[in-house]
Amino acid sequence: MAVLILAELNGNQLSEDATAKAVSAAKELGEVHVLCASSDCSGAAQSAAKLSGVAKVLCIDSGVFGNGMAEPIADLVVSISDDYEHIIAPATNSAKNILPRVAALLDVMVITDITAVVNSNTFERPIYAGNAIQTVESSDQKKVISVRTANFEAVAASGNANIENINSGIVSSLSEWMEDKVAASDRPELTSAGAVVSGGRGVGSDTDFAMIEKLADKLGAAVGASRAAVDSGYAPNDWQVGQTGKVVAPDLYVAVGISGAIQHLAGMRTSKVIVAINTDPDAPIFTKADYGIVGDLFKIVPLLTEEFKKTLS
Amino acid sequence: MKVLVPVKRVIDYNVKVRVKADGAGVDLANVKMSMNPFDEIAVEEAIRLKEAGKVDEVVVVSIGVEKAQETLRTALAMGADRAILVVATDDVHNDIEPLAVAKILKKIVEKEEPGIVICGKQAIDNDLNATGQMLSALLGWSQATFASELSIEGDKAIVTREVDGGLQTIKVNLPSVVTVDLRLNEPRYASLPNIMKAKKKPLDVVNAEDLGVDVSPRLKIKNTGEPEARAAGIKVGSVDELVEKLKEMGAV
Repeated sequence: MAVLILAELNGNQLSEDATAKAVSAAKELGEVHVLCASSDCSGAAQSAAKLSGVAKVLCIDSGVFGNGMAEPIADLVVSISDDYEHIIAPATNSAKNILPRVAALLDVMVITDITAVVNSNTFERPIYAGNAIQTVESSDQKKVISVRTANFEAVAASGNANIENINSGIVSSLSEWMEDKVAASDRPELTSAGAVVSGGRGVGSDTDFAMIEKLADKLGAAVGASRAAVDSGYAPNDWQVGQTGKVVAPDLYVAVGISGAIQHLAGMRTSKVIVAINTDPDAPIFTKADYGIVGDLFKIVPLLTEEFKKTLS
Repeated sequence: MKVLVPVKRVIDYNVKVRVKADGAGVDLANVKMSMNPFDEIAVEEAIRLKEAGKVDEVVVVSIGVEKAQETLRTALAMGADRAILVVATDDVHNDIEPLAVAKILKKIVEKEEPGIVICGKQAIDNDLNATGQMLSALLGWSQATFASELSIEGDKAIVTREVDGGLQTIKVNLPSVVTVDLRLNEPRYASLPNIMKAKKKPLDVVNAEDLGVDVSPRLKIKNTGEPEARAAGIKVGSVDELVEKLKEMGAV
């Protein structure tokens, strides 16, 4: 049977990287169909149709689905679920909101945050903040799955799938969208960036966090933060890397003033190269870092920024 | 209005997890167990709603082994009024899946008729992040997940949610299921007098079978292993050396 992928949308635009990684996880399981549901989402449907390995895009252009509200989108997915054995989405906050609802309506267990597909019923997923990896086999007829994007390579955008416009009579009466407060940024998105520079409690204040941002901008990197830095108000919530924040796996991860609590390590341990800068030589982050510098971050970070300015220009 | 708060007994946040060598799971025998940290935030929020006069009663419920009584007592000591324990297994290693938990909670909700259910967004053991959404679906209620702000206004709740790029505010019809994120509040510590008082608060015990819910798992755990180890690297002496190494590796 075919696989249904719930496209990750940002407004009415396709979040291509996240969706392409979900397609990558799904392509071994059957013919891949992608569902785009939002107002004015024909552009998103066209982007999804280009993803290699996608056989068909279902596009439903309706304001009911416009703000990613879980109740109508879950009803929509359930309404077309007969044709699918697997229902898959990237493990973003948006899909984490919707998929368990879909699973419960179908009376199946949701399988969240998978890091590997073993076969069509069997998947690997991290538990205990990534301190253990569990292999689970589903006995349900339908499998509802979210995919940890850091573990899958995005498929190329070289396909040309058909787009089928569909309709639904679904209405939304349980909840109402009021406002989104999303900061605009020129930096790459945290979960898909090639490099990430993160600051922790050691950075000391939100004004000093500018130093982290400066280094990130020099590297063309996204900016992340530890939970301690977010809780202290140095950085906004959506920068948090860790078990309960975002999981990243860039080519280069620079941890500045981050001690390396297991909850943080869970969010970045699969990065290719990890650099740690910390005053405490015994900080646990050094046990995971490829390269560490023990010292005052207020001296090292500006020097490093300066050095990259020289070598990268 | 009544608020229902499900709480889970999990391995303590600070305990180092030990994976059993035979792949059978994580060793939970003789390790410190505590209330799931997200559930503490949910209990705190419920108590604050009561203190603000928005709700009249805070009922906490836990599903699992008999020892989850301790977790319920903690919630009572924080300020919850009453507790319900649903005994669903006698083995602490037998984690009841969110779908079964949601079905049990649905039965409790039908009996207790709360105006709102507030729960943690995920448990730090299985990290599934599913129970609240599943319960909401089974009840046909609205849902507001990952809340960082919650206010009740008449028959609606206004919830600010942590979403991928920032924050989102939604208005949901009550009754509703709200799941809480880290930054909603800072849970209080129970004082000694309140811990003593909590021992006298009502705690009902029921069995999952008596509620007519099948708790057998849908997911068979084939193996539990250690994550791939990451070897510690080297400490470099200077920024120049670091930049050189990164260039050698092609990382910049």
